[in-house]
Amino acid sequence: MSMLSLKYEVPGDDFTRAGEASSDVKHKLKQLGYDPGAVRRVAIAMYEGEINMVIHAGGGEAYVEISPEEVEIHLVDHGPGIPDVEKAMQAGYSTAPDNVRSLGFGAGMGLPNIKKYTDDLQIETEVGKGTTLIMKVRPGA
Amino acid sequence: MTVQELAGRLGWELLAGEGGCGREVDGCYVGDLLSWVMSRAQAGNVWLTVMGNINAIAVASLTDSACIVLTESAALDAEARARADQQEIPVYTTGKNSYETALAVAEALG
Repeated sequence: MSMLSLKYEVPGDDFTRAGEASSDVKHKLKQLGYDPGAVRRVAIAMYEGEINMVIHAGGGEAYVEISPEEVEIHLVDHGPGIPDVEKAMQAGYSTAPDNVRSLGFGAGMGLPNIKKYTDDLQIETEVGKGTTLIMKVRPGA
Repeated sequence: MTVQELAGRLGWELLAGEGGCGREVDGCYVGDLLSWVMSRAQAGNVWLTVMGNINAIAVASLTDSACIVLTESAALDAEARARADQQEIPVYTTGKNSYETALAVAEALG
């Protein structure tokens, strides 16, 4: 049973606002007394996802369902899609532009970090249509 | 040791986030690639970096770092300063490099 349903707009091309959704989710999970390890994993995975949406996809939407058993996050964008998911999942592989690298991103760690910190990750992507990440984090897992 | 005590001992100058200065320090992390730092810095760490942008504040918040120390006098931009104040994440500056600063932190923390 869901305790809380949240929806956020992730702004495109605005690094100053990227992270607002994940910060808010982190705050709410803390208030709910959620397992601290799970809170950290949710926050990191979701922030990486938000940054990816800003860098590559012109923003999108984040949907978060919180239940005692798990946190399920859907990150939905209408960007260019990922042509080669396997490659994108390799640590160190990046297509981020130089201006993004100068901000400290673009190290090819985004998707690998998301994979590392979630208990379940599904990537639905279509070139030219967009990408949806579905990630699940379970407390204590 | 609190952030404020450590900063006082090592001569760091506070730039923002005064509300968080009473926090206890637990260890230290050094790094500038935000995704890398995000996956490795631990709660309570003093984070030494040259990244003084708003994303660094977000990373400090998400990892629950005790404070940020901008080494080699790296700049803190205005948006980052405002966010650090709002989220009460202390940001300090030092003219020393990350290696020298990490050594000093290690010595101070024992």
